[in-house]
Amino acid sequence: VSGYAYGVAGWLMLVGVLGIVRARDLIAAVVSLSVTQAGSYVLLLAVGYQRGAVAPILGPAGAGSNPAAVVDPVVQAMTLTDIVVSATVTALLLALVIQVAKRHGTVDPDELRALRG
Amino acid sequence: VPGIDALPVLAIIVPVLVAVGLIGFGALVPRVLADALATGTAGLVLLGLLVLAAGDGPPVRVSWLGGWLPDAGGGVGIALVADRFAAGLAALAAGLVTVALLYSWRYLESDESHFHALVLLFLAGMIGFTLSGDLFDMLVFFELMGAAAYGLAGYKVEEPRSVQGGLTFGVVNSVGAYVTLAGIAVLYARTGQLGLAQLAVAVGGQPGDALLLFGFALVVCGWLVKSAVAPFHFWLADAHAVAPTPICMVFSGVMAELGLYATLRLYTVVFEPVLPEAAMQRACTVLGVATTVVGALMCLRQRHLKRLLAFSTIAHIGLFLLTLRALDPAALGSAALYVVGHAGVKGALFGLVGLLLARYGSVDELDLHARARGNRVAGCLFLLGGLALAGLPPFGTGLGKALGELSAEHSGLVWAPWLFVAVSSATGAAVLRAGARVYFGAGPAPADSADSSGSSGEPRTSGADEERETEGRLPRAPRAMYTAVLTLLAVGLAVGVLPGLGSSVAGAAADFGDRAGYLHAALGGPPPTALPGSVASLEWTTSGWWLGLLSAALAAAAAAAAVYRRPLLRLVAARWPVGTRRRIVRPRSPWVRAAAAPLRVLEALHSGHVGDYVAWLMVGLAVLGALVVLPV
Repeated sequence: VSGYAYGVAGWLMLVGVLGIVRARDLIAAVVSLSVTQAGSYVLLLAVGYQRGAVAPILGPAGAGSNPAAVVDPVVQAMTLTDIVVSATVTALLLALVIQVAKRHGTVDPDELRALRG
Repeated sequence: VPGIDALPVLAIIVPVLVAVGLIGFGALVPRVLADALATGTAGLVLLGLLVLAAGDGPPVRVSWLGGWLPDAGGGVGIALVADRFAAGLAALAAGLVTVALLYSWRYLESDESHFHALVLLFLAGMIGFTLSGDLFDMLVFFELMGAAAYGLAGYKVEEPRSVQGGLTFGVVNSVGAYVTLAGIAVLYARTGQLGLAQLAVAVGGQPGDALLLFGFALVVCGWLVKSAVAPFHFWLADAHAVAPTPICMVFSGVMAELGLYATLRLYTVVFEPVLPEAAMQRACTVLGVATTVVGALMCLRQRHLKRLLAFSTIAHIGLFLLTLRALDPAALGSAALYVVGHAGVKGALFGLVGLLLARYGSVDELDLHARARGNRVAGCLFLLGGLALAGLPPFGTGLGKALGELSAEHSGLVWAPWLFVAVSSATGAAVLRAGARVYFGAGPAPADSADSSGSSGEPRTSGADEERETEGRLPRAPRAMYTAVLTLLAVGLAVGVLPGLGSSVAGAAADFGDRAGYLHAALGGPPPTALPGSVASLEWTTSGWWLGLLSAALAAAAAAAAVYRRPLLRLVAARWPVGTRRRIVRPRSPWVRAAAAPLRVLEALHSGHVGDYVAWLMVGLAVLGALVVLPV
């Protein structure tokens, strides 16, 4: 199972990058960026996964009889933290896309000619 | 000093709190107060960090956030690690931000205090990234610094170029950050640790397998994107061309360099025993030479002044990498001096370009030809900056260049000094050429059409209709802006002339490179037995002095040749037979075309297309992975 998860993570990252490279629309590029990011989250969660383990919610007594049988909370905290950061970045980028559409009259990256050489 | 241990935390929290206050109460805060508050905060942070950097306490100061300690029972904790070197770099960031805020007093006049808040958040991100002793924490601060920087780059939201550059910057750097996150996941999967010191312990006992090295390559990839190392560098020129001028000072002077710092930090603390030194050196050589050559060639081709300075920054990043190649404290100290000198000189040049924009509404070399002839003082400062950039003694850039040449040569690159001379004089020549044309009207007025055809006949990025950053045309330069420019130039000079600075930087660099000392400070345990090796002296050498003079002279000669190209060619050609003259001197002659062909290809690669840049990022990742993983 974990090999499959790693495969999915790598696939998502590559597909996201390919999406940015081939996007004909900046909105699609920003969404592809989110796909790339989702790949890294799948990778993180796959790292912390254990078969048969429970959610890492520990009471004062720990995780019952078998303290080892929780999935790793650290990667989940990392994923959550990064989701928050990336939500900011995505919002900012989408706002910039709106301004690009207003000022350039297009959202096709092939037609943006202001900066080159 | 009591409370000194709280300084690293305060240096991050205080700017964040002030920024939040400015956003929350922005409507109520008059502009003057916002200026004073933001500049004062940055200045205070600078003072605190200088105390840390110059303090004579323990060489490495570790503070565990919230009092959570990774005790022997496997507890968790996140550390801020402020050694003198890191504190000094953070102080450079705070200093540049202070000067940039001072510069923007009369600049960017509007009633918004968003700008100040963003700048302070940006500062907090940079300081956090520098002082963090934890891989994931570094990434979070990296992204905080990135998000604030994207916003600042695209700050002029009504300008088409500005939003495009900001967007490109954001997308490319975010992809880099996600690659880094994937790398952190790989390292965590392999070792179960995130703290640098804990990682070092976990990695130390393991053979350097390919997975660990692959993780290193992934993590470092995102940081090298921030450093604009070729082929990750494309975004930097676009972001610099569009960002408000005071922000360019910070981007160029310290933000890009932070990526190199983080790479070195991860290497010295964690990967030194795992990654063969030869592989790391090979990576430094390949990436450094590519970066510096691309930067220098593109720099010479620019007419947009901010873009010209941006490519010169890329060229210097390559030189920093070559300086660091020796991977010893002397190399580190040399690079640090070079970075500070470069930050001062480059910041001053950006400041002068901002003054041009304020007075003439343009940052285009051809458009501005002879228009700034009234500003002799600014013109002389600009030319002085160009000579300093080329390595004129006794500027800090010259000292850094001299030390870099020495360090790279000692690490086995016998040709390195000549590359340093060539690249420095090329970037200096580009600045001198622009300065001579703009401020002194030197040479014939360049015809727009003849000089502007870039790849496939498309016009090159011009800076002619740049949006003004001031309210209306300024009749004369505001005093705050001049003060900022002079301060930066003085810093650039001071690095080269202050006695004793070299030895204290060398000491700090020795602490930085002392892996055992870092681990001892962060995790306790037995103190390191071996004392750090003898501290190198970072002083001027005779050959460095002469090579600096040579670079400055070459830069001046090349600039003169560029400015007076047509009259010179006519003069020379008058002695040749008519047929030869036609063939060689005509601008469209096959000779000229053949010589310019590689340049045209290089220019065409800088397409401004975000997809292209991300594709190059992947190419760079593959190259980086190969350089790190493949045996030497």
